[in-house]
Amino acid sequence: MSIIVSNISKSYKKVKALQNISFNVKSDEIFGLIGPDGAGKTTLFRILTTLLIANKGAASIAGFDVITDYKSIRKNVGYMPGKFSLYQDLTVQENLQFFATIFGTTLEENYDLIKDIYIQIEPFKNRRAGKLSGGMKQKLALCCALIHKPKVLFLDEPTTGVDPVSRKEFWEMLKRLQGKNITILVSTPYMDEAALCDRIALIQDGQILEIATPEAIVKKYSKAIYNLSANNMFELINSLKEYKHNHSVYPFGEFVHYTDCRPDFNPTELKVFLESKNLTNIIIERTTATIEDTFMELSK
Amino acid sequence: MENNNVIKVAGLTKMFGDFTAVNAITFDVKKGEIFGFLGANGAGKTTAMKMLIGISTPTSGKATVAGFDVNTQPEQIKKTIGYMSQKFALYDDLTVRENITFFGGIYGLSREKIKSKAAILIDELGLENVANKLVGSLPLGWKQKLSFSVSLIHDPKIVFLDEPTGGVDPITRRQFWELIYKASHQGTTVFVTTHYMDEAEYCDRVSIMVNGKIEALDTPKKLKERFKVDNMNDVFLKLARG
Amino acid sequence: MKRFIGFIKKEFYHIFRDKRSLFILFGMPIAQILLFGFAITNEINNVDIAILDHSKDAATKEIINKIAASKYFSIHQFIEKEDDIEAVFKKGKVKAVLNFEKDFSKNLIKENNAKIQVITDATDPNTANTISNYVNAILQNYLKEQNKSSAQVYQIVSQTHMVYNPELKSVYMFVPGVMTIILMLVSAMMTSISITREKELGTMEILLVSPLKPIQVIVGKVFPYIFLSIINAIVIVVLSIFIFKMPVQGSLFLLAMESVLFIITALALGILISTISATQQTAMMISLMGLMLPVILLSGFIFPIASMPLPLQIISNIIPAKWFIIILKSIMLKGVGLQYVWKETLILLGMAVFFIGLSVKKYKIRLE
Repeated sequence: MSIIVSNISKSYKKVKALQNISFNVKSDEIFGLIGPDGAGKTTLFRILTTLLIANKGAASIAGFDVITDYKSIRKNVGYMPGKFSLYQDLTVQENLQFFATIFGTTLEENYDLIKDIYIQIEPFKNRRAGKLSGGMKQKLALCCALIHKPKVLFLDEPTTGVDPVSRKEFWEMLKRLQGKNITILVSTPYMDEAALCDRIALIQDGQILEIATPEAIVKKYSKAIYNLSANNMFELINSLKEYKHNHSVYPFGEFVHYTDCRPDFNPTELKVFLESKNLTNIIIERTTATIEDTFMELSK
Repeated sequence: MENNNVIKVAGLTKMFGDFTAVNAITFDVKKGEIFGFLGANGAGKTTAMKMLIGISTPTSGKATVAGFDVNTQPEQIKKTIGYMSQKFALYDDLTVRENITFFGGIYGLSREKIKSKAAILIDELGLENVANKLVGSLPLGWKQKLSFSVSLIHDPKIVFLDEPTGGVDPITRRQFWELIYKASHQGTTVFVTTHYMDEAEYCDRVSIMVNGKIEALDTPKKLKERFKVDNMNDVFLKLARG
Repeated sequence: MKRFIGFIKKEFYHIFRDKRSLFILFGMPIAQILLFGFAITNEINNVDIAILDHSKDAATKEIINKIAASKYFSIHQFIEKEDDIEAVFKKGKVKAVLNFEKDFSKNLIKENNAKIQVITDATDPNTANTISNYVNAILQNYLKEQNKSSAQVYQIVSQTHMVYNPELKSVYMFVPGVMTIILMLVSAMMTSISITREKELGTMEILLVSPLKPIQVIVGKVFPYIFLSIINAIVIVVLSIFIFKMPVQGSLFLLAMESVLFIITALALGILISTISATQQTAMMISLMGLMLPVILLSGFIFPIASMPLPLQIISNIIPAKWFIIILKSIMLKGVGLQYVWKETLILLGMAVFFIGLSVKKYKIRLE
């Protein structure tokens, strides 16, 4: 086990940021913490990177205890904080060199680890970090976090605010890091990124809702989900909410995801009901649950 | 049909020195439509939107918003539109009621009108218990919903939303979209700029900007069919990667 | 050690790439010293006065000539009656009126007692005070000459002699004060801002989660500012010597050492401020309100400590600037050596050790 978290709780004054969090992350695994802003992801990251002390519980990283062995942890982990933006007034090269020196290493020493990423930003090595695009900054930050070949990599919302292309590239890079003896703990508010992790923990309001592989989490969703659409989205949602058998009604892109309370739900009956509400072009079709559906069901 | 277009843009261009931030974009937005204005950071979305809301003058091209010309009548535009951004929404150190009153006052609503609006708004959002609490103490999702409702306080013809729902939990996010559907149902045009592609799925039509140009404009469904993918994220990836 | 050098290199990049801060850093001392030296001054020059002479005799004429000849006054106009005095003041140009009584000479010779009234515009009390002192000095001077010629009159004349700054040049007083302010500002404010900036950027988290020791981070952040502050101190001293002819009677080496000691105290204060503020803005506010104001108001730089109410006098003792100004004045103006300022030096040293200890203790190895 590379990361062991047991019964961690943390409160700030009145707010309970984390309540009894426990999970393990295996070596070489990409483990995702999926949850909205304010779920407690950042607090958890700070506890695991020895920046905060939990009120309760214990945790160890790569075999080191987060409180007693904090110095060893600091030598062995790489960390990209959420609002991390590097030194804007230093060039790409200078940023890298700085992080290499403070970790007592050089760019050359672990070059093969960051090579794939570094060659993408190398053309801009004399440009100031502040002048890089969002995606480039992200790559540079990842390079800086990897430069000392950490055993465990902590990435707190690395893709927030980054465009889809850069997000995709970023995840491809993470995948490539697997198999190089690096355990990755990554957090994200984007549900669609969850599928890219080996295992995920859904987290909300300081509590873990579920831990499993993305496939298993989706499978756990027991109800039949239907995609609904009609000529008027607003009336459709209102009508469905009036329908007394509804279990959940959520807008979902161009559709509404609907689940029914009854095990023997008959779509035709619902269609008749909706038609009585003067809706037309009604489409009702089965669909499969997504991680987002599961999340909403669990946090309901 | 022609009169149904509340936003008409033709060849709108903005240059900063040699750099063309917005390159001759042309599109129309219908009354009551939810229009998604997508693009990566730096694609020119924000610059284009600034011209439409009357705070930036185009280098060339024409655009009318609610019948007013962006070149010559920016003040009238500002009066007829609502605006909400995730960066700036409400004053954290004012209470819910004070915020509503303040923004109502900015748009010149009468005292009685503000009072009745505030009552309706607080009731609709279920904020009765926190009406006199500071906005800063509310959860992010509540703030966003309140902020959206406040941007509608003067019954604008068009409301511009700048990256409205980043970071909130999935349920709150849906409640937010339900508010948008409601506004649209009541005839308000909703113009959403975002770089979150899954948000695009909720719009009636979307345009995707790449390097200052609109590279695609259609319903999410048709765009997905055209690019033979099953979500807007992949549509965007295909467009951006050429 | 390599880590530490790498860190310092990075700090210098920050400083030299931020043109605005760099300008403040070096432009401000020069601007301040010139401003204080030229514009803000206690000296009076060519003050316009009016004369109301009721006797118009030999004695008044001589006194008026003396006054007119001095560089401090210029006679703006002669008025004829008391009623005009107020009108003259109201116009605003004239700052003082000399009113000679009737039969001035006669009274002076016969009764040995002539009266002259000095009316000053006290809307600016400092200038008014200075004007009346200068007028008195001229009158004393005149009397002295008179007494010399007629031996039978004995009159005790009090004589003031200003030592160390015989010309009462205000620049002598401002240079140590300005130097203190600048060093405090550069050292404390700049360090606290540069440390809180890392907090704001989130890079502080990375530095904490790295093998760097807290002490390395602190010293690394502070070191460049020691260097810059020393340069600033040199600039100020050189400017004041060459432009304002400020004497440095004592040892330059001692002056340098004392300055370094004060710089270190100020830096420690800067670190302390950074530990209690989360943003650059707070750090700046605390530095300005918490350090600058006391330095200006309570250090004896502008307002003499001896004339403050007792509670303020006591508070002034905990302000490092007070001791540094005493040391500076002693070295520069009196030319004394360490044997005369060892007490102040010791106090400053104690403060430096205390603040460094406190800031190292308060500097957290974690976020809270």
